[in-house]
Amino acid sequence: MSAPSISRRRLLSVPLTLGAAAVLPGCAVPRVDRIDDSGGPARLNALFMKQASYSEEDVRAMLASFHELHPDITVRPTFVAFEALHDKIVVSAPAGTYDVVLIDCTWPAELAGKNMLLDVTDRYDPAWQADILAGTLGGVSYRGRRYGVPWSPGAKMFFYNAEMIKRAGVEETSLATWDGVVEAARALKAKRVVEHPLVWSWAHAEALMCDYAQLLGAFDGRFLDENGRAAFHTGGGVRALEWMRRTLEEGLSAPSSVKLLEDDVKKVVCQGAAAIALNWDYMYAEANDPKQSKIVGRLKPALAPKGPTGKGPAANGSMGLSVMATSRRPDAAWQLVTYLTGKENQLRYARNTLPVWKSAYRDPVLTTGPQAPLVAAEQAQLESLVERPAVAQYNAVSQQIQAAVQSCLVTGTPAAQALAAAAARVNEIIGD
Amino acid sequence: MTAQGRNERQWPLALALLAPSLIVVLGVVLYPMGRTLVLSFLDATSALQDAFDFVGLDNYTELLSDSGFWATVRRTAVFTVFSTVVELGVGMLLAQFLNQRIRGQWFFRSLVVLAWALPTIVGANMWRWILHPEYGALNGLLTQAGLLDTYQDWIGGPQQALFVVALVDAWKTTPLVAILLLASMQTIGDDVYEAAAMDGAGPVRRFLSITVPMLKPAIAIVLVLRTIEAFKVFDIIYIITRGGPDSGTTTMAFYTYLQAFSNQQFSIGSAAAYLTVLFIFVLSLVYLRMLRTETKGLV
Repeated sequence: MSAPSISRRRLLSVPLTLGAAAVLPGCAVPRVDRIDDSGGPARLNALFMKQASYSEEDVRAMLASFHELHPDITVRPTFVAFEALHDKIVVSAPAGTYDVVLIDCTWPAELAGKNMLLDVTDRYDPAWQADILAGTLGGVSYRGRRYGVPWSPGAKMFFYNAEMIKRAGVEETSLATWDGVVEAARALKAKRVVEHPLVWSWAHAEALMCDYAQLLGAFDGRFLDENGRAAFHTGGGVRALEWMRRTLEEGLSAPSSVKLLEDDVKKVVCQGAAAIALNWDYMYAEANDPKQSKIVGRLKPALAPKGPTGKGPAANGSMGLSVMATSRRPDAAWQLVTYLTGKENQLRYARNTLPVWKSAYRDPVLTTGPQAPLVAAEQAQLESLVERPAVAQYNAVSQQIQAAVQSCLVTGTPAAQALAAAAARVNEIIGD
Repeated sequence: MTAQGRNERQWPLALALLAPSLIVVLGVVLYPMGRTLVLSFLDATSALQDAFDFVGLDNYTELLSDSGFWATVRRTAVFTVFSTVVELGVGMLLAQFLNQRIRGQWFFRSLVVLAWALPTIVGANMWRWILHPEYGALNGLLTQAGLLDTYQDWIGGPQQALFVVALVDAWKTTPLVAILLLASMQTIGDDVYEAAAMDGAGPVRRFLSITVPMLKPAIAIVLVLRTIEAFKVFDIIYIITRGGPDSGTTTMAFYTYLQAFSNQQFSIGSAAAYLTVLFIFVLSLVYLRMLRTETKGLV
């Protein structure tokens, strides 16, 4: 067999090909805004999440109802995991693929700052301002302008398995503080009710940021100071991480927590393999579904436990629906957004996600239905939320904090050291 | 008619036949390559940006002076070396087995190709569930067999995770390596082995002194192909670990993805992509130079 050889001509062909390729982008056609205001039938593409919040089945049913009301508007939905949602919005933006997108409360600064979302401030009905939960409005706003309508309130709720707690001889009231939670977990472990009483979504992902934010808030920490510089590497930020690490070292938290996302936590809790967890409200409905759960009727939602200074915030995980600035049918897209986020539609599908409308919480559907305990707890919790950093470079900042927290939890890097290194990087990123 | 005349007459037809593939190559290979190269010299921080500042080599110098980037290079190198060595070692043994004249050999050959034929996204998802620390099949199997007392987190530590992900990559690609080596093995005549056997060489000696040296060109090709592929690993990481735990599986391709699409640092991402190409290019040159030297030595 003859051996392949590289001649000078072949070697030179590589940079020549690259050079030729580099010339090609000169032929690129710049993006132009192409608004179709013909008023004819519209075909919209909408991007949703296939995870927490409304189920795919719910969203498809909502879209079918919307189509019945607006036969001239056809909506083609796409469902992706939360972890893929942001990147899909960014990658598809130049092509104008999506008209309506679901956005997380941490993204408006980035997406609106880069002109990807349509400013809908002037389309807002003045009455909405007073009726929409305040914590959720911030999740679709940037510099005083609105870039969407809140769709799910999403406070990361505190849940516990009441039957396990009782078996361990622990008073439910003791779960009002994080110290009490640790004591309860020790009792659950000592009495062999469950091997690892606590389970968390501490995987190397955004889920970890939500849990860390919640504990950071409880331990009186903050992500950024008043000058917008990193502040999580001192005080409460460090204490929160040290607390997280201690629960792993004591075997109170499931070691697998550092690999789990919220969906995994839901499964663990629903299988009765852990007693206490933080999760989005959708876990409550599934925990009470006999097809998916072994703990039907045992899971209780409660206000987030308080830290040493008496603060017990929940991470704000609200999400909203936005119209893309590149949509060719912004009016039709806005009609879809207002329908899906409307109070009537949200009440109809309140099983998996509670409405963002304050007035909806007086509706018998919520006050007397199977969701009533969750509604009461979440309504109270929404008064106390902790925000993740509202910066345009949020994802890069989040990645640094995730890496630092994981470094402490997985490899045992001292909390102060890991967070100080991340703070330096975060300041560089924000300073860019 | 002269040969040159015939060629000139056939030129339009040749161009027409080539046009579809040329257009595809232009659209999905050359244009993105060029666009990425151009972006790496600009300051692009939004997918909808219209005007860009020229920053020269700033993005490259920023990356090359970033310890975080070099950490991804080291991880990628470890991943590449480990998975390629496993693939080559196991692939060689597998090829040797598949080259034996045994009954039902077609069945074993088909079985081996199965893992390779499986789409990476499916294989990676399958392994994600197999290795899951809470309800993974591997834990279930080993616990029921009495080999484990409690469930293990197979991708618990950053280094452990990198090696496990590299093993998954090796599982996926070893069949391809085995098939490539098998094809080359089948070109070695039986008479060479028979002569060696008559001279008293045992099976191991025949493998080491005949099979391995005669497979060197094929091994070099496998090395180049697999190094290039392993260096670019993305899908398996994205599905199984998403770069964690503790950034332990953030390889160059995943780092590039994070910079470009999660952080909208398109220029940094483009520069990282071209640095990956540069590393692969240098490695491929080294391999081919080594092969050339060794082949000359055989003549």
